[in-house]
Amino acid sequence: MKETAPNPFINGLWRQNPTFVQILGMCPTLAITNSVQNAIAMGLATAFVLICSNGLIAAIRKHVPKQVRIATYIAIIATAVTVTDYLVKAISISVYKALGPFIPLIVANCLVLERAEGFAAKKPVIPSMMDGAGMGLGFAFGLTCLGTVREVLGAGTFLGIHLFGPNFEPWVLFLLPPGGFISLAIWLLIFASYRERKDRRERARAALLTVQPAEAQS
Amino acid sequence: MNESLGHIFVDAFLINNFVLCVFLGMCSFLGLSSKVSTAWRMGVSVIFVITVSAILSYGTNLILVAFHAEYLRLITYIVIIAATVQLTEMFIKKKSPELFRELGIYLPLITTNCAVLAVPLFQTARGYNLLQSTVFALAASGGYCMAMVLLALVRERTELSDVPSLARGTALTLVLASILSMAFMGFAGMGGGG
Repeated sequence: MKETAPNPFINGLWRQNPTFVQILGMCPTLAITNSVQNAIAMGLATAFVLICSNGLIAAIRKHVPKQVRIATYIAIIATAVTVTDYLVKAISISVYKALGPFIPLIVANCLVLERAEGFAAKKPVIPSMMDGAGMGLGFAFGLTCLGTVREVLGAGTFLGIHLFGPNFEPWVLFLLPPGGFISLAIWLLIFASYRERKDRRERARAALLTVQPAEAQS
Repeated sequence: MNESLGHIFVDAFLINNFVLCVFLGMCSFLGLSSKVSTAWRMGVSVIFVITVSAILSYGTNLILVAFHAEYLRLITYIVIIAATVQLTEMFIKKKSPELFRELGIYLPLITTNCAVLAVPLFQTARGYNLLQSTVFALAASGGYCMAMVLLALVRERTELSDVPSLARGTALTLVLASILSMAFMGFAGMGGGG
């Protein structure tokens, strides 16, 4: 039972990680990960939208006719995003300027709509909000991974702190658009090789388990 | 804001190409570019949707500003886009049923394509007038279509080559996109310091 119904929070954070496993919501992932601070801010904003929209959609899921559900979801998500937009503006103007148009564009983030349609439309409020939190933090984790690589290589800093001393020549390519594509590709390769090694180990163990009883009988 | 139309066009089409330099419309760019025919059709439908919704949202924005209801902008724009996508769907279904069948699930997905939402948001932020907005929408969506077709052309080639099994799929596509994006950086100096 535990295998078929995993904890929605852990599921979003690791097993179905939006960035590295599902490859959803790519636009903000690539566009604003040129510094760790932006990546964390964007991840938290998306997590907030996910929790709000998942909770609201789960609350009204029994009253929405099937034909207009997508339009309803989008209207709810757009409301949550407008709230987030004003919240970020109130908390920090500099972060708001750095993220620019990408806060309103959370509406069009396929991750948010996918979670609404795939999870919140079928489950009660509390698990949906847990799922939103897990997915949102998983997304923030993915953005931070990417942001770390790009900021450390492209500017030689981490959260604005210089790491390498004055002789470091920054690899500016990683701050520019091509660096975003390349660093995401590298992360995906690392995760793919990790998963393949795990698969191979499990297959070897399964083979061992099936061989042994047969040998014992003979 | 007195940018010339030619400048707006070159800027949105090449220098700040929506897909390769501003990272908009990534999901469909990575997901639908495995075949040239699909990429081409998707690009053309996106051109249509972006242009119509940009013109409509320009008009709606005037109404919102007149009533001091700018906080409704985001919700209004997304509703306009959803309606335009529905309209395009009906139009294609009527005019060419086989194209409709081929595009299938991709058509409704245009609603969650962030490139479509970004055009109205950018044109509002930059204060373009109606003519500038239309040119901007055409250039941005044309750039999207071109990037899709370019990537699809390369991906069709890599289908036949021997790629390590680990890198097949998204990772390879990202590396290709990165190389294309590097090529587009060469346009950065155009347009008189941009």
